[in-house]
Amino acid sequence: MTETPVRDRPARERTGRSVGRPIDRVDGPAKTTGTARFSAEYPYPDIAYAALVHATITRGRITGIGAEEALAVPGVLAVITHTNAPPMKPPPPVSVLNLSSLASGSKVNYLNTDEVHWSGQPVAVVVAETQEAAAQAAGLVRVTYQESPATVDFAGEQGNATPQKSNPLQQGEGHKGDAEAALAAAPVSVDLRYTTPPHHHNAMEPHATTAAWDGDRLTVHDGTQNIGWLRTALAQRFGVPAEGVRVIAPFVGGAFGGKTMVWAGTVLTVLAARVTGRAVRMTLTREGVYRTVGGRTPSAQRVALGAGADGRLTALIHTSVTQVGRVGGSPEQVTSQSRHLYDAAAILVQQRIVELDMLSNTVMRAPGESIGTFALEAAVDELACELGMDPIELRMRNEPERNPIDGKRFSHRMLREAYALGAERFGWADRTAPPGSMRDGRWLVGMGVASAYHPSWEMAANVTVRMSADGTVLVRCGFHEMGMGGATAQGQIAADALGVPFEAVRVEYGDSDLPTGPGAGGSAQTASVAASLTKACEKLRRSLLALARRSAGSPLRGARPGEVEARDGGLHRAGHPGSGESYAAILTRAGRPFAEAAVGSDTRAGTVAGQVRFMSKFLMDRRRWMKAACGAQFCEVRVDQDTGEVRVSRWVGAFDVGRVINAKTAASQLRGGIVMGIGMALSEETLVDPRNGRIMNPSLAEYHVPVHADIPPIDVCYLDEPDPTMPLGLVGIGEVGITGAAAAVANAVHHATGRRVRDLPITLDKLL
Amino acid sequence: MAEVRMRVNGTARSLDLDPRVSLLDALREHLGLTGTKKGCDQGACGACTVLADGERVNSCLALAVQYSGREITTIEGISAGDRPHPLQTAFVGHDGFQCGYCTSGQICSAIGMLAEHRAGAPSAVTGHLAATGVPLSDAEIRERMSGNLCRCGAYNGIVGAIQEVAATEAAR
Ligand code: FES
Ligand code: FES
Repeated sequence: MTETPVRDRPARERTGRSVGRPIDRVDGPAKTTGTARFSAEYPYPDIAYAALVHATITRGRITGIGAEEALAVPGVLAVITHTNAPPMKPPPPVSVLNLSSLASGSKVNYLNTDEVHWSGQPVAVVVAETQEAAAQAAGLVRVTYQESPATVDFAGEQGNATPQKSNPLQQGEGHKGDAEAALAAAPVSVDLRYTTPPHHHNAMEPHATTAAWDGDRLTVHDGTQNIGWLRTALAQRFGVPAEGVRVIAPFVGGAFGGKTMVWAGTVLTVLAARVTGRAVRMTLTREGVYRTVGGRTPSAQRVALGAGADGRLTALIHTSVTQVGRVGGSPEQVTSQSRHLYDAAAILVQQRIVELDMLSNTVMRAPGESIGTFALEAAVDELACELGMDPIELRMRNEPERNPIDGKRFSHRMLREAYALGAERFGWADRTAPPGSMRDGRWLVGMGVASAYHPSWEMAANVTVRMSADGTVLVRCGFHEMGMGGATAQGQIAADALGVPFEAVRVEYGDSDLPTGPGAGGSAQTASVAASLTKACEKLRRSLLALARRSAGSPLRGARPGEVEARDGGLHRAGHPGSGESYAAILTRAGRPFAEAAVGSDTRAGTVAGQVRFMSKFLMDRRRWMKAACGAQFCEVRVDQDTGEVRVSRWVGAFDVGRVINAKTAASQLRGGIVMGIGMALSEETLVDPRNGRIMNPSLAEYHVPVHADIPPIDVCYLDEPDPTMPLGLVGIGEVGITGAAAAVANAVHHATGRRVRDLPITLDKLL
Repeated sequence: MAEVRMRVNGTARSLDLDPRVSLLDALREHLGLTGTKKGCDQGACGACTVLADGERVNSCLALAVQYSGREITTIEGISAGDRPHPLQTAFVGHDGFQCGYCTSGQICSAIGMLAEHRAGAPSAVTGHLAATGVPLSDAEIRERMSGNLCRCGAYNGIVGAIQEVAATEAAR
């Protein structure tokens, strides 16, 4: 057992009264009474319903479409196909100068082409007066094809993998020294192969869009994770000004990356509304989500580790092969964490890719690290067994002072402390090391551990803050609410920045009419909005002080900004209670109904400036620092000695996520990541027919996400130490929870049974 | 078209429906009660759970016409006027949701589940099928709620919320 006490530190001063507290979500009442409206729930008079027809071949061309039967169904308004659809502009090529170009789920210009690129591609959309008629008619559209040869077998294609291009925002490759030679020379080593299957997000809300045109103006309700991208993309595709496109998405029913890109359903609903002149709603069937929205790529990984007898790593090699669609996809950064986690003398990380005739893959919670930490952290466990060393001790011996691959400084790293905290809460000291040595009746008990790691990001966010003469505050920013509790967290931040009660702050979000927010991705939304929001609050305080100090009647007359603090609903001379006045008094005396401050601007110049600011800060930061959230995942499993059934019985996750804004919602988000990680470990797998690339289990009955009975109490704790380089010291928490989780389960299963399962998911057939 | 009369949240409603319309779509598309959610439309997720004469059903698997004459209660109908149902309050306090999309189904399911438990119905983890007064352990709740998926993974908070309400009910 490692000896790393939690760093002794004085109870940190809270700067304010709201940040850090476990405040109930502000949208709790709406979500528990059914009044929170999701994108398929906006009433429009005279609404029509759309349904998709999916290609049944993998690759080829459409040779004919028979729509007569479908059109004969009572209530059918239109069958839109490539033969009659109005032209749309193709998705733009990807460019870093226009980040919204990253938004297209695929390069296919749906219904503007007779080409088929994957099994399930939409080839027609049926619009009808009712959902029932649309669904029935979609089944009656007869499509004939000419097939072309297709490449779809990931396992079979790995020999043809090519080097993966580095993505402009994230490096995947790198090396230090000659890792292969160091591995060959190492006294103790492991050289292992792992695979992970494709996964799907399976947000409970299937993708749905409600779209209505009014001339060239378009209103879209769509559960998107990126309002700004969606708006730009729709304007571009339909050739209308972006100013006329309004995207409304206050509530998104889960997303996890699956609603980041613009997928076919959204574009085709807008098209259907254009063609029919009606407001149109399309809720994808669950199968439709699988057929038209990408999932996580499968992976094949090699992790090889070499060490001296003392456990010091001399070699670390992590290579991966993943897939993208020939028509698009996001190259998965599988080896990302392996550049940062261990202080190995020689390192090699390399990523390769195969292109298949399948739907583009896409980002899914911690793309890269979620599956990358599985292989790396399972291999570290195997090395610990080879060395006869406690797996935590092995990690601590290789904990780097600086980023191992390039010597950059960590902005903040408390993995040691996370392990110490987690080990204590979990009772790691009670573990007996030999596999199979812990039993409870018929159950084989195992304890496993693994590191969690996710880089932290910050993006551009435009924000306005308004103080009204009644002392209430309005924060406006078009960010996204998919369950993270953003409105609550940002309300807490604004309350403290202005020294007002949390209840005095209202936050508007989820609408393209608001200042453009960051996308919800990369665990970056909270930090990105917080950065702009704190600046905006600072500006607002200054302008309110400017009003007061000019005024003869104000107790703040002549006060300088440095002398004044925001508290008790107003501005006060620091250290002098009762020597200031309320915001309401300042505004009322000045005869102003409100004062407002903005950060960022949505004018064309403002948008470009925002992107440039983002890129330059990003690049400068990346040159100086390695920033990340990390943590220690502790898992206990019980494995049935006869059936091989695995139950997760206990979990402790100890995280270093910087400052925590809301103790309640943060814990929920971290737990949610762990739950998804447990699913990845034990049950989740998208099954693909290797002959035609068609997904064989496109339903929640056959793709097994964790249910209530699968999830034990999950103890989540965090160190709550601010990261000095991040706004308010906060580091994103949306993704780090899933990382390391599957490895912790796999390591616990090995400890229980002595069996190493290196191919996820760990189903019972693999343990028998 | 088929005429369907049912009571929904205490109000008599009469609808002229395509006989293929599910109870779920009748609520959402015809009565504007969108609090009940569609997660899969095939009985696999529980997002559409409502109460039919007090018993929980997956409304996506039910045809509206089958429910003629029945009393349907949805998330919009469980509060007592302005006073939220104790489960609604407890879900907020325990953070038993994130995105909120499964929440209506979880709450309606929990109401039905608690009634089943009170009536002595056993579950797969109940030791003795004929046992009476089986305590509502976390394991019992988890088993009995397993038809309601939550992809956000708010399961701990949901169980906590149900426990709190069950304990208060038992104390009365
Ligand atoms: S929508 Fe009814 S069970 Fe999923
Ligand atoms: S709260 Fe999002 S699915 Fe349960």
